[in-house]
Amino acid sequence: MPTFVYMTRCDGCGQCVDICPSDIMHIDKTLRRAYNIEPNMCWECYSCVKACPHNAIDVRGYADFAPLGHSVRVQRDEEKGTIAWRIKFRNGKKDMELLAPITTKPWGKFIPQLANESAPAKEMVNSELLFNEPKYVAMNDSALPTLKSNGLEIKEGVYY
Amino acid sequence: MFTSNPFAELSAFISTDIMQIYIIVMAVLVAGGTILDMMHKKSAKYFFEDAKKAKANSTRTVGTGEKAGLAVAVLANEVLTSGEFANTKRRISHLLTMYGFILFVVSSALMIFGFDSVATETLAQIWHTGAIMLCLGGYWFWFSIRVDVNSEGAKWYKLVRADIFIVSLFTTATFALIWSYLQSNGMNGKVGEMGLTTLFFLFFLISNTTLFASVLWSKFAHMFFKPAAALQKRIAKADGSNLNLPTDFDLTDPAVQARFPDIPEYMGKTPEYMGHGIRRESANHY
Repeated sequence: MPTFVYMTRCDGCGQCVDICPSDIMHIDKTLRRAYNIEPNMCWECYSCVKACPHNAIDVRGYADFAPLGHSVRVQRDEEKGTIAWRIKFRNGKKDMELLAPITTKPWGKFIPQLANESAPAKEMVNSELLFNEPKYVAMNDSALPTLKSNGLEIKEGVYY
Repeated sequence: MFTSNPFAELSAFISTDIMQIYIIVMAVLVAGGTILDMMHKKSAKYFFEDAKKAKANSTRTVGTGEKAGLAVAVLANEVLTSGEFANTKRRISHLLTMYGFILFVVSSALMIFGFDSVATETLAQIWHTGAIMLCLGGYWFWFSIRVDVNSEGAKWYKLVRADIFIVSLFTTATFALIWSYLQSNGMNGKVGEMGLTTLFFLFFLISNTTLFASVLWSKFAHMFFKPAAALQKRIAKADGSNLNLPTDFDLTDPAVQARFPDIPEYMGKTPEYMGHGIRRESANHY
């Protein structure tokens, strides 16, 4: 089910209006606070929930798999570079918290400077490989690339 | 202009008793409007019901002393410095408007209730300063940082009901300054002689009355319920209910690192400050 806004927490900053991919978060013309103008079109991407600086937006889960009374809340902390989730079952006994990194380097400081790269040679342009594509992801004539042949191994957990 | 009490000259045409009654009527209208607003929106009922729900979800009890500390924090952060605003421009504009309004209203009341006292010059300066601050904050908000304009792409001249408060606020200050200027320079007749001075005094009176009489339809009452909402938010955070939001983890705590091993593995034992991501840009990509 769709997002809704806690009016006492919203300060009408417009971050949710800005980020909503469906363009359904708008500012109420009388109260000047955010609201979901078309709940049927909300696909619960949680973008607005994560972007709200006041945690004023929440989501109601579909009643068939998330009966009323449960809670799924998220806190995206840009300055710490983490995202925290809390999932609470309707009986109140199962209460889980998850925490994961969303960046390992400060935001906006390590953007590839493509303008400084030298122009590609003709054979690079004609190649099926993408720019800067690691060689081990490319198919070649010799053999099917594997993790082992490239000296890689699968690790447990989230990594990128 | 800046040192003369505009109400002193006005008293030649309108008696001070009438001016004092006007101030009292405006105060009564604000109180009445706020109570009606509270009853209409059921805000008090919502607050109490929400507090009850939060208590059921709380993990610890917040004592009276702690609550008093939180109230002081609300006063220092949310009320006096408008710390709740995530947008710095809105915060500065709000501070200008808020302190301008307080200076303007308090000095108006003091000048009307005791305009023959020795401090009149200072009060007049405060009155004019307040009006200028109101204009600066108000027009800045109106033309550029109002959320309809900033996040919805609405034109600055598009009026909606929510604008009653801000429009009546900055027009009150603007007309007050123009009236004071015309009156102190003796231009186009004094009040009562039907000149430009009278006209701008009437505009000032109309916008001022609209400001205080439209509490039920405007956002005037926010100055009463916003601090209450801020206090409730802080209490909810302190008692652990916090609208079921996740805990604010300390990433350098070894217990947190043991519980969530991805943190030390990918971010190190003492993760650095990551700065702002999407908040580096203001929200105006409507």
